[in-house]
Amino acid sequence: MIEVTGLSKRYGTYLAVENVNFTINKGEVVGFLGPNGAGKSTIMNILTGYLSLTQGKVTIDGFDIAENPEEAKKRIGYLPELPPLYTDMKVREYLNFVYDLKKVKFPKGPHIDEIMRLVRIDNVQNRLIKNLSKGYRQRVGFAQALIGNPDVLILDEPTVGLDPQQIIEIRNLITRLGKNHTIILSSHILSEIQAVCDRIIIINYGEIIADDLQDNLSEKLSTDHSLVARVICDERDMLAALKAVKGVKDVTLLGKKESGAYDFEIIPEEGVDVRADVSGRIAERKKSLLSLTSNRLTLEQIFLKLTQAPNNQEARKMLGLDANPTSEVVELENLVIGIPDEQSDKEDNE
Amino acid sequence: MLAVFKREFKAYFANPLGFIILAVLYFFLGLGFFQMFSAGAPYVEFTVVFPAQIGLLFFVVPVMTMRLFSDERRTKTDQVLFTAPVKLINIVMGKFLAAFALYALGFAPTIIFQIIVSALVSVNIFYYLYALLGIMLFGAALIAVGMFISSLTESPIISIIFTLIVNLFIMFAGSFANMITVPSTTNNFFEAIGAFFMNIGVKFLNGMNFVGVLESFGSQALVIKDIVFFISIAVAFIFLTERSLEKRRWS
Repeated sequence: MIEVTGLSKRYGTYLAVENVNFTINKGEVVGFLGPNGAGKSTIMNILTGYLSLTQGKVTIDGFDIAENPEEAKKRIGYLPELPPLYTDMKVREYLNFVYDLKKVKFPKGPHIDEIMRLVRIDNVQNRLIKNLSKGYRQRVGFAQALIGNPDVLILDEPTVGLDPQQIIEIRNLITRLGKNHTIILSSHILSEIQAVCDRIIIINYGEIIADDLQDNLSEKLSTDHSLVARVICDERDMLAALKAVKGVKDVTLLGKKESGAYDFEIIPEEGVDVRADVSGRIAERKKSLLSLTSNRLTLEQIFLKLTQAPNNQEARKMLGLDANPTSEVVELENLVIGIPDEQSDKEDNE
Repeated sequence: MLAVFKREFKAYFANPLGFIILAVLYFFLGLGFFQMFSAGAPYVEFTVVFPAQIGLLFFVVPVMTMRLFSDERRTKTDQVLFTAPVKLINIVMGKFLAAFALYALGFAPTIIFQIIVSALVSVNIFYYLYALLGIMLFGAALIAVGMFISSLTESPIISIIFTLIVNLFIMFAGSFANMITVPSTTNNFFEAIGAFFMNIGVKFLNGMNFVGVLESFGSQALVIKDIVFFISIAVAFIFLTERSLEKRRWS
């Protein structure tokens, strides 16, 4: 549905987005995650045709955004970071305008009614946008993106600045829309991405440093993938017993967490699933296992780990990826460095 | 194009701005008509009523064009326009036509003046129509220039100030040109060089002399050159606006 190859965007000599590649299939809900200024909005603005690209190729449903912008744009609904609302218009008037602008073919009245019901703004349809609260404005922005029923929805930080109640509402809306739309969502709020996206693309310094399904991502990063078992037992006895389980590398006692129950952190040998053996051993001893959880990294931890890496090469290494994925990146870096070099050459000559 | 036109035209009347512009134009047009009428001016001079108000137009048109694109950029509403499946030139034309429609509406009372005059004396409607054509084309050129300047900045204030400066220059271009007298004979090389540049200067100023061209529309003789002059300026600046918006995507 969306194909991005070798995408770069340069503002003057500043490289905002560098050699970004990804493909998003129909029906996927993908989260762009990255700290502020990482290039998320720039990528989204390029996908929607608001900004041009310096290098690379973007196709939406087979239509190149640079060569056939009208066809490509028809398939996209875009909710920018700041909803593009004309505050001097009424809600319905504004949606009518967007409908006309996008040259939508559906019957006008019912189509707009349906969208207003979907995002729950039908009760404010005759109010001026400037008098609406932030939550309502965001939803009007949503409605604007949905007009014409585009296959692809691009949502730039859709819940920023909303109160918890509104965040939950918008999130539910995204989940509902995700059933029959391809959605790209950006956020620096991790729980949001976690709640609605299947796949996560982590962006930092204008580059993609991770692109994988949520589960795979945490698996890759958990180098010391461990289990935590809570057992009602005598701690010394159990510690020795667990250590003796085949495939267990080390066990540490985490302490008493409930009355009579102790937590043990079990570190298995690499690539070994010890859960069955561990619970089996505990059962053998006639002890009660209260819980056995995988001590995986949360998305928050992954995010911090990756974005706090000194540079993107380090971050890639953490994921076990090639630190320099393609030669094209190197080429681009040379280009940027090349400009001041030429100038200094000239000065030398003079 | 129609959607942008409708929205933009309505936007003039969403706040008092559109009404103020119309009120100012109506007041001064009415005043001009009243003065001529009470002075018993011959019919022909009534067609000059509108050109007589051109000084005013140099100040009113920038108010109409100042926020066409600058405001959109400031409030980021241009994102809905530029990500819609519409050609950029259609958006530019929609905005241009909205400003032009407001401008044209500003000259609606001249129809009433014409009815009054023709009730009193027998008149040649062609004079009126030709003068009206002149004033419309003049407006189109000024609006295109103002719209272009509006596309360069993010602030309506900077836009209006800059447009006013440009307009003042256009307004006095004819007088400046008259102030320069190019010597017909030159004695030495330096004088020849001087004369050469003065000639270019005069040509340039005359090229910007909207006022002179507009006045010739009041002279009851159809001059194709004058019509082409305003149309080409309007087309050039509409095109430049489109380029300036396109360039912004690339920066």
